[in-house]
Amino acid sequence: MDFKGSDTLPGPRCEDALPSSAAAAVKIVVVGGFGVGKTTLVGSVSEIRPLTTEETMTRAGVGVDDVAGVERKTETTVAMDFGRISIDERLVLYLFGTPGQERFWFLWNGLFDGALGAVVLVDTRRLEVSFDVIGRLEDRGVPFVVAVNTFPGAPRYPVEELRTALDLPDYVPLVECDARDRSSSRDVLMALMRYLHSLTVTPEPQ
Amino acid sequence: MSGPAQDWEENSPERLYVITGGRSGTSEQDALDLVTLVVSRSEPQPGAQPEHTAIVRMCHYPLSVAEISAYLRLPASAVTVLLADLLADGRVEARAPIPAASLPDAELLEAVMHGLQRL
Repeated sequence: MDFKGSDTLPGPRCEDALPSSAAAAVKIVVVGGFGVGKTTLVGSVSEIRPLTTEETMTRAGVGVDDVAGVERKTETTVAMDFGRISIDERLVLYLFGTPGQERFWFLWNGLFDGALGAVVLVDTRRLEVSFDVIGRLEDRGVPFVVAVNTFPGAPRYPVEELRTALDLPDYVPLVECDARDRSSSRDVLMALMRYLHSLTVTPEPQ
Repeated sequence: MSGPAQDWEENSPERLYVITGGRSGTSEQDALDLVTLVVSRSEPQPGAQPEHTAIVRMCHYPLSVAEISAYLRLPASAVTVLLADLLADGRVEARAPIPAASLPDAELLEAVMHGLQRL
């Protein structure tokens, strides 16, 4: 068997194996534009080095692809990085980072089915990607929180100003984070979980 | 037992077609989520397709469909075709993700929060 120049069989390193007792998994999706820090956030909380799963965009999706230089390419491969957190001996949480641009929405079908919720990761220098993502998540009924990744040198806005700029309803949590920092990224996930928990008691206002 | 795929461009449509036998979109496949956990129930079948063998070997401990896809460097949609074969043969078992119907239940969320707090 030839697996890309590796002498070893494909599979996880011993230390990356889940216990046999792992019985069920849940997932959270981290969505945002390129370079916003999705993989950084996933990597900072993941117990394994982030892995990459790829999906091939079908012909049908190519029509909406306006990337310059991709001319008439019939196949586009989109990579999604993901990480893993063992919650306890039975339950495993997976975190998937996925691009927010509309042309990648074909990935969302399988991804959001059964997901607990989403984190919209935002770069204040490129808010426009987030508008479409937020609208799309609202349409799909996916509960989400918005996390502003505070890049050094990026403009800082008061949270309420950002809320207005993103046209974000009051009930959607908006938090700041440093995606490079484990506890800061963990707090983003906690904000999502607390929000989801609140929804089990009080249904989302319409 | 080197496969014919090695000289091909990685994940070219032709390669994926051969690996999956041109199949896609079966109902068995649709039941497999990216976070369905897969565990081997037996040893690989002698003479099986290399990708099938690789999956059975790597799933000695539970692995998600997404992880299998990453380690095999195959799209998840191709992996689910291969897994459907292995499930039908009883070579692996699938541990389905917890269905988050419309909203996940409070107990599940509390378990996740508890786990995150320990990070």
